[in-house]
Amino acid sequence: MEDTRVRQHNDRWNWFWAWANPVKFMAWTGKALPWFIGLTLITLVPGLIWGFFFTPEAEGFGSSVKIIYVHVPSAFMAIQAWGMMVVASLIWLIRRHHVGALAAKGAALVGLTMTVIALITGAIWGEPMWGTYWAWDPRLTSFLILFLFYIGYMALWAAIENPDTAADLTSVLAIVGSVFAFLSRYAVNFWNQGLHQGASLSLDKEENVADVFWQPLVLTLVGFGLLFVVLVLVRARTEVRKRRVHALMTRERMRDA
Amino acid sequence: MIALLIRDLRLTFRAGGGFGLGLAFFLIVTVLVPFGVGPESALLARIAPGILWVGALLACLLSLDRIFQLDFEDGSLDLLATAPVPMEGAVAMKALAHWLTTGLPLTLAAPFFGGLMSLPTAGFLWVFVTLLIGTPALSMIGTFGAALTVGLKRGGLLLSLLVLPLYIPTLLFGAETARRAIMGMEYAQTFAILAGVSAGSIAILPFAAAAAIRINLR
Repeated sequence: MEDTRVRQHNDRWNWFWAWANPVKFMAWTGKALPWFIGLTLITLVPGLIWGFFFTPEAEGFGSSVKIIYVHVPSAFMAIQAWGMMVVASLIWLIRRHHVGALAAKGAALVGLTMTVIALITGAIWGEPMWGTYWAWDPRLTSFLILFLFYIGYMALWAAIENPDTAADLTSVLAIVGSVFAFLSRYAVNFWNQGLHQGASLSLDKEENVADVFWQPLVLTLVGFGLLFVVLVLVRARTEVRKRRVHALMTRERMRDA
Repeated sequence: MIALLIRDLRLTFRAGGGFGLGLAFFLIVTVLVPFGVGPESALLARIAPGILWVGALLACLLSLDRIFQLDFEDGSLDLLATAPVPMEGAVAMKALAHWLTTGLPLTLAAPFFGGLMSLPTAGFLWVFVTLLIGTPALSMIGTFGAALTVGLKRGGLLLSLLVLPLYIPTLLFGAETARRAIMGMEYAQTFAILAGVSAGSIAILPFAAAAAIRINLR
């Protein structure tokens, strides 16, 4: 134990880890949050307006193509959120920074919401394009699996009372889970062969999108990314405050006793 | 570690219920499916490998919460944690005991239950082989799930919620290999990946499960 302390004291990355000190975290996020919110607004709002009203209708798609400006960014963020959760979990397990665990907890619900948005907008888009709301296409299936993983992760958080135990166990689950989620992502490619051609259903979005659609899409992608940062920061701040309230109430009860 | 294995096996046999229950559950699932989808033997033969795999997987799930729960309640898990045997080894032995009392009987029974599903004769062998390779992974993943939820009062439902998504790759490759082999398609690739999933789970998950146990005992 002593050894670890000495090593941590001499770590030349201490200036970086210091940002995760809850007091400092609350201070800098409190100052940075309005800026992030502003940046989100000036990318997301023009991006969506540009995408919805000032892009031509794509050939063969009609105006249904416009859902791409919600569908693709939310799907992108759904995957990024899981990745961020894993990194934050690792930070918690290795460095024992509480903010890491709380950020992972905060990211889970945002990621779950993004997954649901991607699935629903995908279904709405799929109906006019492919004639069905749902098909067991590899991409759709792997998003459904991601959805299940998010639910399991959040259920484990909710089930354990001791916050540190919950943080530890969910971190282990996030790491093991991502290995299996990754496996499932590639497993469904095997499983679906012979049922129907994947390529005819899942158009390769990045490849054949013309610049008129691509530019607003990039703007909305950045906007969704910033929105994710804002939501995670707000949720992590709420969690820190919840811990403080809990500590204060415990102290109060101790005094009464 | 061998003593631990023998102790676990003896406990399972003597406790009663656990051992035969999984098999009975598997049988009931297999019997219920034809009631649900109709007795047409062509249809049953086509879905048989998948149904047998899903049935075996659910039967496996039934006995998972017994792996650590009783030991946790009577304190023997604390003794194990302080024993000279590393927790990783103890966890692996627990998973092996679970496989011997659940996975192996299910594997042996699956070809017979396949007869109920009008599985073609070639399928008997393939359902048996894929289950034989795949069920160790199911036991090991399940042990990890049980290790995560061992401290919880009502862990049963949560356990299935956590474990079932983790079962997806094993189920997918197992059932896919059986289906491809029966239909005479190329199956070496999926079969190799199934074996890889199994071997990888057995190699890595004891460490994750032992970590979870240690956290829960803290």
